[in-house]
Amino acid sequence: MANLESDFVGIKSPNPFWLASAPPTDKEYNVRRAFEAGWGGVVWKTLGAEGPPVVNVNGPRYGAIFGADRRLLGLNNIELITDRPLEVNLEEMLRVKRDYPDHALIASVMVPCEEDEWKRILPMIAETGCDGFELNFGCPHGMAERGMGSAVGQVPEYIEMVARWCKEATDLPVIVKLTPNITNVLYPAEAALKGGADAVSLINTINSITSVDLDMMSPEPMIDGKGTHGGYCGPAVKPIAMNMVAEIARNPATARLPISGIGGITTWRDAAEFMALGAGNVQVCTAAMTYGFKIVQEMISGLSQWMDEKGYESTADFVGMATPNVTDWQYLNLNHVTKAVINQDDCIKCGRCYAACEDTSHQAIAMSEDRTFTVKDDECVACNLCVNVCPVEGCITMRTLEAGEMDERTGQPVAPDYGNWTTHPNNPSAQAAE
Amino acid sequence: MSKTPFSEGITAGRLASAQIAENFGDLHPRLDDHEALVAADRCYFCHDAPCMTACPTDIDIPLFIRQIATGTPEAAARTILSQNILGGMCARVCPTETLCEEVCVREVAEGKPVEIGRLQRFATDTLMDSGVHPFERDAPTGKRVAVVGAGPAGLSAAHRLAMYGHDVTLYDARAKAGGLNEFGIAAYKSVDSFATREVDWLMQIGGITLETGKRLGGGLSLDQLKADFDAVFLGIGLGGVNALGVDGEDKDGIEAAVDFIADLRQSDDLTTLPIGRDVVVIGGGMTAVDAAVQAKLLGALNVSLVYRRGRDRMNASAFEQDLAASKGVRIVTNASPKAVIGNGTVREIEFEYTDDDLNPTGQVIRLQADQVFKAIGQTLEGEGLPALERGKIAVDGTGRSSVDGVWAGGDCATGGDDLTVTAVAEGRDAAEDIHAALSV
Repeated sequence: MANLESDFVGIKSPNPFWLASAPPTDKEYNVRRAFEAGWGGVVWKTLGAEGPPVVNVNGPRYGAIFGADRRLLGLNNIELITDRPLEVNLEEMLRVKRDYPDHALIASVMVPCEEDEWKRILPMIAETGCDGFELNFGCPHGMAERGMGSAVGQVPEYIEMVARWCKEATDLPVIVKLTPNITNVLYPAEAALKGGADAVSLINTINSITSVDLDMMSPEPMIDGKGTHGGYCGPAVKPIAMNMVAEIARNPATARLPISGIGGITTWRDAAEFMALGAGNVQVCTAAMTYGFKIVQEMISGLSQWMDEKGYESTADFVGMATPNVTDWQYLNLNHVTKAVINQDDCIKCGRCYAACEDTSHQAIAMSEDRTFTVKDDECVACNLCVNVCPVEGCITMRTLEAGEMDERTGQPVAPDYGNWTTHPNNPSAQAAE
Repeated sequence: MSKTPFSEGITAGRLASAQIAENFGDLHPRLDDHEALVAADRCYFCHDAPCMTACPTDIDIPLFIRQIATGTPEAAARTILSQNILGGMCARVCPTETLCEEVCVREVAEGKPVEIGRLQRFATDTLMDSGVHPFERDAPTGKRVAVVGAGPAGLSAAHRLAMYGHDVTLYDARAKAGGLNEFGIAAYKSVDSFATREVDWLMQIGGITLETGKRLGGGLSLDQLKADFDAVFLGIGLGGVNALGVDGEDKDGIEAAVDFIADLRQSDDLTTLPIGRDVVVIGGGMTAVDAAVQAKLLGALNVSLVYRRGRDRMNASAFEQDLAASKGVRIVTNASPKAVIGNGTVREIEFEYTDDDLNPTGQVIRLQADQVFKAIGQTLEGEGLPALERGKIAVDGTGRSSVDGVWAGGDCATGGDDLTVTAVAEGRDAAEDIHAALSV
């Protein structure tokens, strides 16, 4: 059976599944139960400075969007960092780490952008025996207005500066948690690296309004008739998060920077996808908040089975394996020609492919009197929309044309060689280079 | 003295009222809000959807299901009712398993169709429960139309004509409007007086005057109607009941299934409705199943439904057959009635086994029976009717009969199947044609 043990920047855990810094990790009671349930690590709910803790709203903290049967697809929250006193959290962390020495315990931290603040609190927290720090530069609401959270994460210079302070203040690994609410995730990632951070984790939540109450004319979640942008997470953000992970992993300057992947991870497969793109481990929150801690059992069994099937002995064997295949559009092979093929045995004749293609795409699907749907090869551009709207998985597939085979749409035989936009005759730059 | 299912003869009170209430509860209760959303989400919103094509009233099913899915069941109801003003009843009584749901791509693909009928009921009930009638009557045209028969065809025609501003006089032989909706279908398909409520709701369009207790040959004549009105629509149904044509048919204990069902539907207290201990229903259609199942639900000990051909030839749908079987009705096939045995009152009924082409086999069986319901088809009754074809009023595609100014639809006329939904479509389409004719 595959070995799921994880070593992320020197932090060891029985598996690569950590609970992200969030409500599930806010106190001893939860964290003990999480470890008992099988979670490999926990990033404790973000700790703030000494003194009176922050206060949360006393109305709804969460908003959601749903799929069929009220399946939760996206969640947003307006909760702040821990609203419990620092000393209480530290006492609890100490006890938990003492009882679970083999599990990872990371302290998430957020204090004002002042050197002494950071340098004072980190050693204090380190006394709990925690395995490392995660700098919360991502929280997009409440704390940002106070100059913390994403307000720091949106300014690469601040990231570098605070990361450096922290590395000076502790020997423990320092992970910088990045906000996605920026134009290009490479700048904050490179800043973290320059500041000496051991790793980045991403993504934090995305600014969002999940819904509007059309009676009250207020965004949700609504507090006394008003709402504010929250942080969006859950399955809906996974594609955005994976792209950012991949961008950092394939960027030469940050390629060696370890990544803890976060963003809508709900199943073992999601975790495997993040790790294939370059994440050394993953952090989970919304899935646990939706289904409870037990989901980690499926993640463990699923990842083990898949690794066994593929012959991977440890997670390091496949981390980053998909990264080299993430490229820029201009390097895609334009001589790779495919055509949609509808399997008539599987087709249930709903006609969705026809409606999609006829109304919104390339008029490349024919419909007969008896509702037989067929692809017109001379019109099909292989866009894949029919595959995506077909309710029957595997009914419509894309067939790759052999080299030399006629592409009926262009009237040209398929070229045998790789050819991309950089050398394409329609590319003015390519022609200029000749 | 209390009665039980074992009590001999035809008697009331075999079951306690609580058991009766449970037995005659809603066959398919209305979906709750969440169930409706889940059911609606299964619809693929097919292009040129097969379900729409299969619906005799051409309801835009994908559209109304999407309207439910997006939280506007009232809009869904408008989509339904604009095509089928009796969409509420059709949601309850349509054999959806042989219409829209039979051709649903999910039925074809996985044997589990989208629950179109129950979704339709969800939408129409939501709107009707709010008391809203979503249509407005046009300015009066001064034209007068007689609609004879206040069943599904007549109601549908009357509503559409009234909507166009014509003044409609709606006649019915019975004391109440509704036709088979009110008198002719199983009670568990139309609980809580739905048929009556639906007629009241439909009449909110205005411009319809109901006159009951009048029938052709009973206070009405076609010639007089033609003289008094600008157009006439006949939706008079099939009032006659086919005879078994066997010896002893006049014995006590033998009656028409439609009469039994009508009595049951109009009963205020089903514990007072008499039923036999050993009931035999002869026939293989929906009426036969409705009679047999309800006889069982009233407390009959043994109920046999006897059909002269095989099960696949029965007009009752597979769903109806399964329903009967699940309620404890014994279905006997390939048996034709030969004789009624008894001394003044039926005691047994004799059948001969016949193949699917009705060839006799010479093998004879007898079933004990203290009550027999005939459900072997109904016939058109009336004199001075337009020209007939195969026993029904001959009509063209828009319901025009052989007599100028007289239209017909529903079970009494040639055309589609004898279904509520078909009658609604025919009434509606005839009304459209009448309106066109009156608008020239």
